[in-house]
Amino acid sequence: MSATWVVVLVVGAFTISFKAAGPLLLAGRQLPARLASAFELLAPSLLAALVVTQSLGGKDGIEVDARLIGVGAAAVAIWLRAPLILVVVVAALTTALVRLL
Amino acid sequence: MAPTGATEDPVSGRAVRPSNSDHRSPHPPGYREGLKRIAPVAPASASFGIAFGILASTSGLGSFAPIVMSATTFAGSAQFAAASVLDDGGTVAAAVVAAVLLNLRYLAISVAVADAFDGSRLRRFFESQLIVDESWAVAQRGGGRIDRRILVAAGLVLYPCWVGATALGVFGGGLLGKPERFGLDAAFPALFLALLVSVVKTRREITAAIAGGALALALLPFAPPGVPVVAAAAVCLTGLWTR
Repeated sequence: MSATWVVVLVVGAFTISFKAAGPLLLAGRQLPARLASAFELLAPSLLAALVVTQSLGGKDGIEVDARLIGVGAAAVAIWLRAPLILVVVVAALTTALVRLL
Repeated sequence: MAPTGATEDPVSGRAVRPSNSDHRSPHPPGYREGLKRIAPVAPASASFGIAFGILASTSGLGSFAPIVMSATTFAGSAQFAAASVLDDGGTVAAAVVAAVLLNLRYLAISVAVADAFDGSRLRRFFESQLIVDESWAVAQRGGGRIDRRILVAAGLVLYPCWVGATALGVFGGGLLGKPERFGLDAAFPALFLALLVSVVKTRREITAAIAGGALALALLPFAPPGVPVVAAAAVCLTGLWTR
């Protein structure tokens, strides 16, 4: 088997099992109260990390580029209580415009 | 469970700020709500699917393998990581480790959302495969809970977008230009930021967000891809000792 197919199949098998693990093995079951209380913090910590890695991550660690200005514009839109679609459009348009300059 | 989360509404008004959903009704249908919330990011997702198809086919992954990868792995960042490691002449092991590390967060998400899933084993299996960052993020109800129907609807939009776009990238090539040209790479952090703001309410949640973001930022310059996000996800375990 070629290297490509090994990567595709192994990564696929891992990812499928990661995603299925909870719903298959723990579905409908209440987690222990302490763990459930800890998982309340997963969305804040993971979303914050995704904001950081998606706006600053690059090939070699940190890469500051037009994305950051786009995300800044999105932050202003969020602060002004713009709907989600507008927030996303503002981010993309601002980034595209900065790249044109 | 958060004390204010006592309501059984599928989408409680508490979870999402009014600005994010213009519904007058307190009971918006979950599936339709999922379509509505994912619509703004579906085009960005599709454009990156095209980009993945182009990158993968030009870095020697062939035509069929990238499409199979999108259909099975269905997780953008890990697929890009694997393809670029192979493109740079990296080993199979390096490509696998990078992609698996990037997707390790899905294990945490999967366990955290497990109690929202029900029905037959087959149904739970297939619905669980629709878990991706974006579908999970838009399904947040606050207090660590998600609306499964929003997640499933959003995932059912993203999946054909992603797989179809990959095929388009593989076969159609560079007709459309890079997604970066249209600023679409900024669409994802903007989405995550908007959803972050809508789920962070209590002091504990604010602290977790700051800790997760700071840890990711600190690790980003030198840790391998995936590690900053997994480390930030692990921050939630401090919640075992704080209430």
